[in-house]
Amino acid sequence: MKHTLQQVFHSGKFVTGFSIFVAILLIVIIYPLIITDPPLRIIGQGTFFEPGIYVNVYDSISSPHYTLNLDDAAAKRIASKLGEDDRIAIKDWLVAVGIPESEIDTTDTAKLLDQWVNNYDPATRISGMTNATRNYYIRLNNSLKGLLSTDGVSIAVANPETAVLEETSTIVQSDYVNVNQVANVRVLPLGTDNFGRDVLTELVEATRVSLQIGFVAGVIATLIGLTLGLLSGYVGGFVDDIIMFITNLFTVIPSFVLLILISFSIGQDRRGPVTIAIVIGFTSWVWTTRAVRSQVISLRNRDHVNLSKLSGHSLVHIIVTDIFPYIASYVVMALILQISSGILVEAGLSILGLGPRTTDVPTLGLMMNWAMIYQAHILGKWWAYFPVIVTIALIAFSMNLMNTGLDQVFNPALRD
Amino acid sequence: MSSEKKLCLSGSGVTKVFGFGRNTTLAVDHVDFNFYEGEIISIVGESGSGKTTLAKMLLGLINPTEGEIYFQGEKRDISTHRKKKEYWKSIQAIFQDPFSSYNIFNKIDTVLLDCIRMRGGGKLPYEQKVEMMTEACSFVNLKFEELTNKYPFELSGGQQQRLMIARIFLLKPKILLADEPTSMIDACSRATILDMLMQLRDEIGMTPIFITHDIGLAYYVSDSVYIMERGKFVESGSADDVILHPKEPYTRRLISDVPKIYEEWDLSTV
Ligand SMILES: Nc1ncnc2c1ncn2[C@@H]1O[C@H](COP(=O)(O)OP(=O)(O)O)[C@@H](O)[C@H]1O
Ligand SMILES: [Mg+2]
Repeated sequence: MKHTLQQVFHSGKFVTGFSIFVAILLIVIIYPLIITDPPLRIIGQGTFFEPGIYVNVYDSISSPHYTLNLDDAAAKRIASKLGEDDRIAIKDWLVAVGIPESEIDTTDTAKLLDQWVNNYDPATRISGMTNATRNYYIRLNNSLKGLLSTDGVSIAVANPETAVLEETSTIVQSDYVNVNQVANVRVLPLGTDNFGRDVLTELVEATRVSLQIGFVAGVIATLIGLTLGLLSGYVGGFVDDIIMFITNLFTVIPSFVLLILISFSIGQDRRGPVTIAIVIGFTSWVWTTRAVRSQVISLRNRDHVNLSKLSGHSLVHIIVTDIFPYIASYVVMALILQISSGILVEAGLSILGLGPRTTDVPTLGLMMNWAMIYQAHILGKWWAYFPVIVTIALIAFSMNLMNTGLDQVFNPALRD
Repeated sequence: MSSEKKLCLSGSGVTKVFGFGRNTTLAVDHVDFNFYEGEIISIVGESGSGKTTLAKMLLGLINPTEGEIYFQGEKRDISTHRKKKEYWKSIQAIFQDPFSSYNIFNKIDTVLLDCIRMRGGGKLPYEQKVEMMTEACSFVNLKFEELTNKYPFELSGGQQQRLMIARIFLLKPKILLADEPTSMIDACSRATILDMLMQLRDEIGMTPIFITHDIGLAYYVSDSVYIMERGKFVESGSADDVILHPKEPYTRRLISDVPKIYEEWDLSTV
């Protein structure tokens, strides 16, 4: 036993898969201890805020201001307002009104803006330009106004008695606050989703729930498969006939179709994550049964089983001590595959909108479902679905890697 | 003389067919036999002739497709687990391959304690069990103190087969089926194993049934010999009759494969 474990942990593939899996588990366990926010709380008013560090504007005004004279501050400020597409659009306009192309340099922000201010006139008609493009130029022009100004901004507060605005402070362009001194800073490493929820916190919780669903489904499927496989393989005869009949029945009906039908008939309100896990478990034991049965059939005529019979052991004793230990490693591998497929099946079901009800917990599948319904993939809001896909892939990858590693240890013929 | 001989195991028309449909194998084909108590019996045949299959039917590990097996003159009844257990107190076996005969997850102690329990000694104090196990091991020249808490696969093939004999020593069955007990182990251990089996026979008064492909061995040890060819007993009788005056060409061929048969038999070549 100890020796086998040593061998298992010498298999590079197993160790890699195991490390990834343990890392995922640790994140799932430790993250909620640090960030204790409810994972489904809506914090953002609006959809799909980009990943980043959100600094409270109100608090930064009242935080101590420091003056830093940095040369490139103005250029950066303008650059961040003036994107690459806008620069090319400006160039197009300038070319259209007759400025030679050689005189235009889109990387020189100051010169480009100067040329724009001198040559842009909303009244100019350029042939072939659509109305939409014209409106775009008007919007662009408005956003550029004051971009080169070096004035500060005044902060004014309404006097509660006279309702007159009274200036309390001015902020100049070289004012800085130290983020550490701002009372409210929220890091959203993966932004927010369509409901305005923190995607990372939600993702961690979803991973936890999905792992639980996979585990419950995998354990149920493996227990059923193991019991039926042992009985059918060892007892044989009539028992085998009945079990194989049921197994064949389940094989003929694709389990995913069955799953869809059952999920659908349970109804949205009663579909909790546990229910879904149980339903997945009860529809995916078939191949474990078949695999265990064929293993047992090859074992039951072995001499050590005969010797155990001759020692007067009962059927149960023989199954438990002379058959099961020989297939235990195989069962562990089957369990790992069942867990990983349970997670994938839940994701598949949820994407179809037949997963757990959406009100109490997130799952990886539900997050995919939400991202799809709110068209995150079309709008380019990658942070709402890409990390979910990566997580699903990592879980499946780590488990399959563990499985391959185990396979190599337990089936020496596969060892290279 | 013959009126004193008591039947211990006999069979009529015993047949085993494996598989069904077109892929059937007739492993044992309507064999009749009468094994008497106290005799040493050998069943000789080349590989694949159905010896192991017959042995398993005699042991009650598989059911005959056809025919009846009689135990001590009466029809054998092993329809329930309890009756089987009772039957297995009287008949035990040593298998061909010691390396696959033991459960690799069980320690040697478990193997021997099972035998004591089988003989109804499950409730004895542990010291007494150790005494019995030590006795059994020393009978086969093994030291129980060195074996305890070890696994059978840590022993050599010869030692494992000796442990098997220690098992029989504890079980004291009336009949022992030894299915090629020496064919998978090194030449040096073979003579020891055979010696021990013969010694054990004298000690506990059992009837050994040797199954072998080696007619020389059969001649050396047995009183009556059954020659098996493709599932059938083609010739049977006392060892001298069958081997010194063979009637069947098959028997002659088996004999010609063992050149030294009429000479002084050298145990180390068994
Ligand atoms: N469980 C089984 N299923 C199908 N065929 C078998 C089985 N066991 C043995 N046989 C066949 O029965 C024949 C006799 O085998 P066996 O009794 O092992 O011969 P021996 O022990 O004399 O070498 C062989 O042809 C073998 O292939
Ligand atoms: Mg054989």
